[in-house]
Amino acid sequence: MKRFRRHGHESQRDRLKQELFQFNKTVEHGFPHQPSALGYSPSLQLLAIGTRSGAVKLYGAPSVEFMGLHEENAAVTQVHFLPHQAALVTLLDDNSLHMWTLRGHSGQSELLEIGRFTLTGPPGALPCVTRVTAVLPHSSGELLLLGTEGGHVFVVEVPGFRELEERNISLDQVSNSVPQDYVGRRNLEHVETLQENPLNPTQVVIGYGRGLMVLWDLDRQSAVQHIPATQQLESIWWTEDGSCILSSHSDGSYCRWTVGGDDGEEEEKPDVPYGHFPCKAISKIVQLPTKDGPPFLFFSGGMPRASYGDRHCITVIHGKTHVALDFTSRIIDFFVIRHGPHHTGDPSALVVLVEEELVVMDLQTDGWPVIETPYLVPLHSSAITCSHHVSTIPLKLWERILAAGALQSSHYSLEPWPIMGGKNLAPDPPHRDLLLTGHEDGTVRFWDASGVCLCPVYKLSTAAVFQTDTDPNDNMNTGAEGEWPPFRKVGCFDPYSDDPRLGIQKIHLCKYSGYLTVAGTAGQILVLELNDEAAEQTVEAKVVDLLQGQEGFRWKGHARLDVREQPVRFPPGFQPFTLVQCQPPAVVTALTLHSEWKLVAFGTSHGFGLYDYQQKSNVLIRCTLNPSDQLAMEGPLSRVKSIKKSLRQSFRRIRRSRVSLRKHHVNNAAKLQEANARLEAELAEMELAPVQRKIEARSSDDSFTGLVRTLYFAETFLSDSSHTTASLWAGTNGGCVFAYMLRLPPVEHRADEPITAQPAKEIQLMHRAPVVGVVVLDGHGAPLPDPLEVAHDLARSPDMTGSHHVLVVSEEQFKVFTLPKVSAKMKLKLTAVDGSRVRRAGVAWFGSSRSEDYSESGMLVLTNQGDVHVVSLPHVKMQVQYPCIRREDVSGIASCVFTKHGQGFYLISPSEFERFSLSTRYLVEPCCLVEAPSPPGSAPQPGSPSGRSSSGHTKITDGEDAEVLQEIQKSLEGDQMSFLENHVKPAAV
Amino acid sequence: MNKPQRVPSSRCLSAVEVKSKFGAEFRRFSLDRSKPGRFEEFYGLLQHVHRIPNVELLVGYADVQGDLLPINNDDNYVKAISTATPLLRLFLQRREEADYSSFATDSLTRRKTTVLSAVLLRPDGGRRKPPVIISLPRDFRPVSSIIDVDILPETHRRVRLYKHGQERPLGFYIRDGASVRVTPAGLEKVPGIFISRLVPGGLAEGTGLLAVNDEVLEVNGIAVAARSLDQVTDMMIANSHNLIVTVKPANQRNNVVRGGGATAGGGAGVSAAPPPPPTHIIQNFPASAADYSDEDDEEEDLVTEVGGEATPIRHAPYDADVPRYEPHLNLRAAAAAERDANGLTASSSSDEATPSATPTATPSPDRRSEGRSLEEEGTVITL
Repeated sequence: MKRFRRHGHESQRDRLKQELFQFNKTVEHGFPHQPSALGYSPSLQLLAIGTRSGAVKLYGAPSVEFMGLHEENAAVTQVHFLPHQAALVTLLDDNSLHMWTLRGHSGQSELLEIGRFTLTGPPGALPCVTRVTAVLPHSSGELLLLGTEGGHVFVVEVPGFRELEERNISLDQVSNSVPQDYVGRRNLEHVETLQENPLNPTQVVIGYGRGLMVLWDLDRQSAVQHIPATQQLESIWWTEDGSCILSSHSDGSYCRWTVGGDDGEEEEKPDVPYGHFPCKAISKIVQLPTKDGPPFLFFSGGMPRASYGDRHCITVIHGKTHVALDFTSRIIDFFVIRHGPHHTGDPSALVVLVEEELVVMDLQTDGWPVIETPYLVPLHSSAITCSHHVSTIPLKLWERILAAGALQSSHYSLEPWPIMGGKNLAPDPPHRDLLLTGHEDGTVRFWDASGVCLCPVYKLSTAAVFQTDTDPNDNMNTGAEGEWPPFRKVGCFDPYSDDPRLGIQKIHLCKYSGYLTVAGTAGQILVLELNDEAAEQTVEAKVVDLLQGQEGFRWKGHARLDVREQPVRFPPGFQPFTLVQCQPPAVVTALTLHSEWKLVAFGTSHGFGLYDYQQKSNVLIRCTLNPSDQLAMEGPLSRVKSIKKSLRQSFRRIRRSRVSLRKHHVNNAAKLQEANARLEAELAEMELAPVQRKIEARSSDDSFTGLVRTLYFAETFLSDSSHTTASLWAGTNGGCVFAYMLRLPPVEHRADEPITAQPAKEIQLMHRAPVVGVVVLDGHGAPLPDPLEVAHDLARSPDMTGSHHVLVVSEEQFKVFTLPKVSAKMKLKLTAVDGSRVRRAGVAWFGSSRSEDYSESGMLVLTNQGDVHVVSLPHVKMQVQYPCIRREDVSGIASCVFTKHGQGFYLISPSEFERFSLSTRYLVEPCCLVEAPSPPGSAPQPGSPSGRSSSGHTKITDGEDAEVLQEIQKSLEGDQMSFLENHVKPAAV
Repeated sequence: MNKPQRVPSSRCLSAVEVKSKFGAEFRRFSLDRSKPGRFEEFYGLLQHVHRIPNVELLVGYADVQGDLLPINNDDNYVKAISTATPLLRLFLQRREEADYSSFATDSLTRRKTTVLSAVLLRPDGGRRKPPVIISLPRDFRPVSSIIDVDILPETHRRVRLYKHGQERPLGFYIRDGASVRVTPAGLEKVPGIFISRLVPGGLAEGTGLLAVNDEVLEVNGIAVAARSLDQVTDMMIANSHNLIVTVKPANQRNNVVRGGGATAGGGAGVSAAPPPPPTHIIQNFPASAADYSDEDDEEEDLVTEVGGEATPIRHAPYDADVPRYEPHLNLRAAAAAERDANGLTASSSSDEATPSATPTATPSPDRRSEGRSLEEEGTVITL
């Protein structure tokens, strides 16, 4: 790197920067926030989810993912795939329709919006006349039927969105033919649902809100039959043989009507499955036949209002089996996947989208077990409190963790994942990476973060070590025998924590030794070891007094966690063997582990300590508390706030669930809510107004100056320039860095000779900004490798002969000091120049995209403005800067975690991680291909699009639009014909 | 000063008559107006003609308004020569006996007290204030100064606040607001940052140079336009040890009037009069942002070695050119004073000629035991 120091190499450096750094947001992991619509294409085997923020996401086989965002910032209310096409239509809250298609582009598919449309209606019509409430993509693939709030049905040609006025079904046409004796004759209300006859595509049923259902012949433009239901209609299902129509109603009843009979004659008695007392609406009903046996009946809702009105249930009835699947969050929608090449066989899986997760039930295996989802996993099944990324996991450890994880998922179905659309073309990930998330309920979840799919690998619960109010073995699933309705809890979203003190705050995993340390809200630090066998053991607790006997302090926060005294049986996996509890039991704010020295260092707002987990003894305790800092004894302030917040949230939830009872009122309710939120924000602002900021230099008397922000182990020249020693570095919120010299006994006496720590240096930064990172740079200016990294031949051994430097990263500056005599050498002032402060900093390796062998280390930095920077090492020069996170997104910025290879993750919602990359060499992004669905029952014909698709291209290749349309046309014709051939009763098209 | 530009050729005199007074003695000589030479030569000449070769001198001259202005560099020397009508009257003082208060400014050593700046900036129309008997400036710690008057628009004011680790708070608040700008398209409202409150007894209030509703334009030379309130707050806090804010005062009546006949006699001093050809401008501070940010050498981190002895970190030699003043006012407890001394004198490295030679910069030997005892009491040592 020396050559870049010379003048005249600026341009060369610039070129190199381009080879090294490149910013990309690559993929979103986790579960979409606030999903609002679900769609499924059996022919493509793709699942589509629309969200309240206007995103539409497609998922197929694992790692096959597409995402699109509507320009309008409006909620997606409906998603429909066009039959046998790689295209879908979305309806937004603002009444606009959008056409999306999967188009092939340089060997991979991409999701593109190709058209938008808003129904205009006749001139002078009220807006409600054209407000779309029901969408039916006709099986011909050419027509879209749009039912509106005004009761009209508009017919639109797709994909061009051309209105076919002559084919519209106006309310007048329908109401003229309504039987005179029908009670709701005067006002049929809006079109609630539209369904096509599965056998005869010319027939559709129009369901009006008031209950009337009209069978309409599209060709003859006349009503075939009227079904005069009297209850408010919720949904309609036309059975596969075309003989029956099922209707579900808002009073929790459903009816079965025979098609073809005379008007009103065949009315059956409505069935109220959870009857006697008033029930809630059945919002969707589906019935599917089985080859030999009774049909499956699925419906959502219908619970008795008074006793179970707050449950979110889907009932599945098959023969004698009757189960009410009880979800932990609101049901958005569900669909059923069917067997067979044309998806017409027995139901094989039930896919349910609830507000916080996607649940897939295996309907072929007895007991209907849940199939483990490879994607869309709710990261927030308990709120994420911290995360930690470990790159390049050695294969051995990887396999052991996977094995431990496999034992945990034994209750899942053995059936493979049923949604397998598309092909993943992405190359195999270059390393095995783990992302560890700590949660509020004391669990640590391990995720395979190597590729596009963030898969759960293993879950560790630390709650078992402690005595909590509720017994963790208390199983919520065991319902009383003979309970009615027959509830069964499904899903893993469980936001309620037994004890907030269990929350995980810091995690450190040593990937070579398998030692893990986690620290929590109540000052608990656990050291765990990976064990392949289950073991029963008692975990000894060691209390460490960080105040060091200082007088005049009284801890006002929460109490220490009580440790279980009897032995606890730990399943295979990470098993705790050491527990340190800080006194006062404040949140652990810094944590690090050195598995080679068998030491763990931890810090809170009061001080820091060093613990020898081999000898199980304290090595060092240092109190950093400012005697006048009483605020540090208050305990977590956020607790008060969070109670308030959670109360508010729960009220909101109640309000939301109330207003969402009526589907088509959601729009208004959302609007109302939005207005309320705006008002609330305005009020909050008024309370604080005028917003002003105090300009004051930091002083030693500020609060929380003693809070330990960072801890770091290094083997470096601390005392003299000829010998390296082990050292511990700690940085505080008050801009102070403490360095301790550690004396480790020789390996053979490691177990019995004590380790000692001597204070060696103290650096007080005059600008007093919080120290967020300490890194020792070796003689070449490269950061020292992780412990054991060199021993495992995974890192080049550091240069221990030259002069070392220590880089102190504060929120405001980067400062390089010489060692062993500490004197400032270089610095980079960030805040003074551009007003941003460092929130996260991490060392990363960047490889050149051009030459395989050139790489350099840099400091990855995230600022409070949401920008990411790369700062060169060891010269601390700013290299590149990219905007990454909105600066208002405080939780996103706080959640950011960097990898060692220049990537990063941050939470874009409580349930989703956005992945980004600054590296040109390591990029994990979806790369997949979706081929056009082959028409059912027909072999690929030469010249036909499906014949082409076998050659590895999507049907719709890049070309002229007209050409594309023609192709669609052709394929549709093919589809149509084969479709008809398959059925006994062909009807004229 | 501040007369409209004079054209020397109109005098038709190539020689300037000089009358120099030192103590009770006068010397008379002449200089070539067209070739005044350099200040160093001139200074040598004065020492020669007065036969005081080893006496440190302060050279002053009476300008056309009768103000006593200093000559201490090439620029004001040239200015003095070129404006002499036709007699240039010089007043020499021994430097150690110098009565600084009689000068309008002293830009060589960059020492300005608030009192002087504040008093002299008032448009007193040439009316001399009755001489205030005050101590020499070196007995004071400067708390603020107006700088760069010559390069800023008249409507702006660049104020430097010296924090120096003293305990007096900076003491002001900022807020968001709307600022009206004149653009070619007419008046335009743009978001701006304003001073919203001054804390009574704070540094900002004490200087009298900042006021509520002043718009903040720059922080240490970096424009704050398009930055958020939080960003500007952080920038100010990051620079709090040596904060230079450029403001557009809400009250525009107290501005320095330049180019007119009135004698403001302010900080602009010697170099302000001609419509500024940039080369002639003496900038009190370099204008570029980079220079500002490098000028922070008083900000020394303190390293405590194993024994606990505190040594200020010496940076690679910066151009240590900040005022160095010793707090003689016994306002603080001894320990605090010593802490200040340590903190401050860390920077007073090179310039031994400074009259305000301070006590030694090295930490006291009993630092260590003191540190220990503090630590035993559980005190976090703030160094």
